[in-house]
Amino acid sequence: MAPKIGQSVWKFLDERFMLSQLITFGKKKTVPEHRRSFWYFFGGICLFLTAIQIATGIMLLLYYTPHIDAAHESIHFIMSGVKFGWLIRSIHSWTANILIGLLFVHMFSTFFLKAYRKPRELTWVTGFFLLVLFMAFGFSGYLLPWNELSYFATRVGTDIAGSLPFIGKGLKTFILGGPEVSQATLSRFFWFHIALLPMAALVLIGIHIFLVQTLGMSKPIGEQGKKEIPFFPDFLYKDALGWTIILVVIGVLCVFLPWEIGTKADPLASTPLGIKPEWYFTFMFTTLKLVPAHILSIEGEKLAILGFMAGGLLWMLVPLLDRRAGREKRSPLFTCVGLAVAAYIVIMTVLTYALPKL
Amino acid sequence: MNIRATRLFVSAALFAPLLAFGQKNSCVDCHSQLEDELKAPVAALAADVHAEYGLGCKDCHGGAPDKDDVDLAKDKSFKGAPKRSDIPRFCGGCHSNAAAMRAFNPALRTDQLSQYETSRHGQLLKAGDTKAAVCTDCHGVHGIQSARLPKSLTFPWNIPQTCGRCHSDKTLMANYGIPTDQLDDYKASVHAKALFDKKDLSAPVCNDCHGNHGAFPPSVTSVASVCRQCHPSTGELFIKSPHKKAFDELGVGECEACHGNHKILAPSTAMIGADEPAVCAQCHEKGSRGSEAASELRRDLDGFESGFRAVKDLLAQARRKGVEVGDAEYKLQDVTTTLVTAKNLTHDLDTAGIAKTVADGETALAEVRAAGEKALDEARFRRRGLGVTTVLLVLLAAALALKIRRMARARQEREGSGDSKTS
Repeated sequence: MAPKIGQSVWKFLDERFMLSQLITFGKKKTVPEHRRSFWYFFGGICLFLTAIQIATGIMLLLYYTPHIDAAHESIHFIMSGVKFGWLIRSIHSWTANILIGLLFVHMFSTFFLKAYRKPRELTWVTGFFLLVLFMAFGFSGYLLPWNELSYFATRVGTDIAGSLPFIGKGLKTFILGGPEVSQATLSRFFWFHIALLPMAALVLIGIHIFLVQTLGMSKPIGEQGKKEIPFFPDFLYKDALGWTIILVVIGVLCVFLPWEIGTKADPLASTPLGIKPEWYFTFMFTTLKLVPAHILSIEGEKLAILGFMAGGLLWMLVPLLDRRAGREKRSPLFTCVGLAVAAYIVIMTVLTYALPKL
Repeated sequence: MNIRATRLFVSAALFAPLLAFGQKNSCVDCHSQLEDELKAPVAALAADVHAEYGLGCKDCHGGAPDKDDVDLAKDKSFKGAPKRSDIPRFCGGCHSNAAAMRAFNPALRTDQLSQYETSRHGQLLKAGDTKAAVCTDCHGVHGIQSARLPKSLTFPWNIPQTCGRCHSDKTLMANYGIPTDQLDDYKASVHAKALFDKKDLSAPVCNDCHGNHGAFPPSVTSVASVCRQCHPSTGELFIKSPHKKAFDELGVGECEACHGNHKILAPSTAMIGADEPAVCAQCHEKGSRGSEAASELRRDLDGFESGFRAVKDLLAQARRKGVEVGDAEYKLQDVTTTLVTAKNLTHDLDTAGIAKTVADGETALAEVRAAGEKALDEARFRRRGLGVTTVLLVLLAAALALKIRRMARARQEREGSGDSKTS
């Protein structure tokens, strides 16, 4: 009796969602298997973590209040009054940080494997925008608990945006919804975080996955082996193993180091010493601190910001710039540039925490 | 002609401000070429509060700084440097003149000189002791800064050191037969901790108890009034206590008898009891009624305080284990207030009132303790939950790893058989 019902349900769903065709596609689709195929799994893990973010974010919406008089209190209630609220919020916060860290790993692994080369240029570009979007998710989400650290970090962050030449002032006013961090800012950041950014991210993720599925995984240049494994179920099982491991890590972090609530923000208080943004922005933050006040009579900070923007643009255009890789030839120059960029990010991030008085 | 007149007028209009700006000051011109103490005023005056208000050398020392010749510059109005014994009146020339002060700082008091004359320093100076402190000893000479500026000698956290410069000098103080340990004692006090560690500028320094311009050691009868400026409720309680009458009869300074003067430490229940170092033991013989009452008070307060500390530790433990205990910590703050109230009530020796306060505190403490224990239970539950989940996830991971391995083997076998068929 039960198998019959199961078959009927399957038939019902299959006729409507074309599940058999999807499975056939999955079975037909193969993934290259070689000594560097380990790096393929980071994309899947990032997608898994994004799903966790959506699920936990939706749950947090049940209790979070986006108002400066109630935001901090609502987070306090989530952490102490709501059953498993502490777990949901800690998962959301920890996963956000792990996700951004793994997005960097995914991006650099893709870069060093030169997976951006023809015909996957757009996969790289959409991935680049996804990283920017997720950093914006982090920046907007950081303010939502309305605590002292997030409040002042937002002030510092938006001041940096405000020092951009020509558009700085207008951009800062647009981000803040006024001249300073206020209720308008919290409302905007909330709107960015739960409406605008998720919509943009879903569209980009859709395009990114579509491109990955249709174009397949890129093989590193010079990889001679022709060994391949089916995407379904072989590769998916390996992906699931990675997801399981990451779940254990998140669980341990949430239980032993639940995310702090912090002290409620007081706009009238003076800026606490050593205020800094979230760790993934610190390489830029420390650069701005180290850059001389003036370089060739131009304001050093503005020049550094322009430098980051130009660097980001070049990074996005790497598939077009690296012509050797496009011709399936090794491009050691780009590998060196990638290594230098990765080393710069790591060193600057470490310096921020190792030498806070820098 | 008209053109020449216009040119002349325009030139005068343009250069007049420059001439005014670069007004001649022969005092500065000469003294900047001299050495050591004769040169020092030139540099120091740049940061001086008087210079900020536009006052110059002439305004205190007289003379004619617009003259190049020294003899002409030191004209009849020249006062030179005042004698040490004349300094208070020298400064008082302006600072006691309300009309003159109004032009610069109308809010500044003008009774410093009259206060100084009532001070111990002023009395000694009047008696011909030129070693007695005068204005410049506390405020500096040139380079005097507003007391609101942290670098000023009279800014709150500099005052102990300013007074201590003389009062810690054993040679100088030997003439007056007064101790020189006040500064060290003060630095060990709870007031100094508030001032230097917590940067609480409202914490008392020397002049808050002794006065500033009218500085004088408070008499036995006025000690309590001095302390009550900041501790009024404690003073009110003490007046109601049987100690008030006894202390008055014995001629003992109220607060100072138990808390000391410069080295006032953070009060604790260790001050109460029948045995040393409890201060009660200074007057009450062991076994006396007073001694017994002190022991009982100590037992009650210590019991409450140790319970309070245990609950505080409990909450800290729960917080370390990651459980949010903000509400319980907030309630514990109320218990802290009750504990402080109970300790404060010892000043009027109302044992019934203290017992009731302690009982109320214990009730509130029990509620917080229950919240703390619940939080620790929650921490244990979370760890157990994590353990179970981790085991399940590890099992799942192991199953997946096995499955992946089996699939890889099957694939290899298929590929092997495919190869053999091909060959």
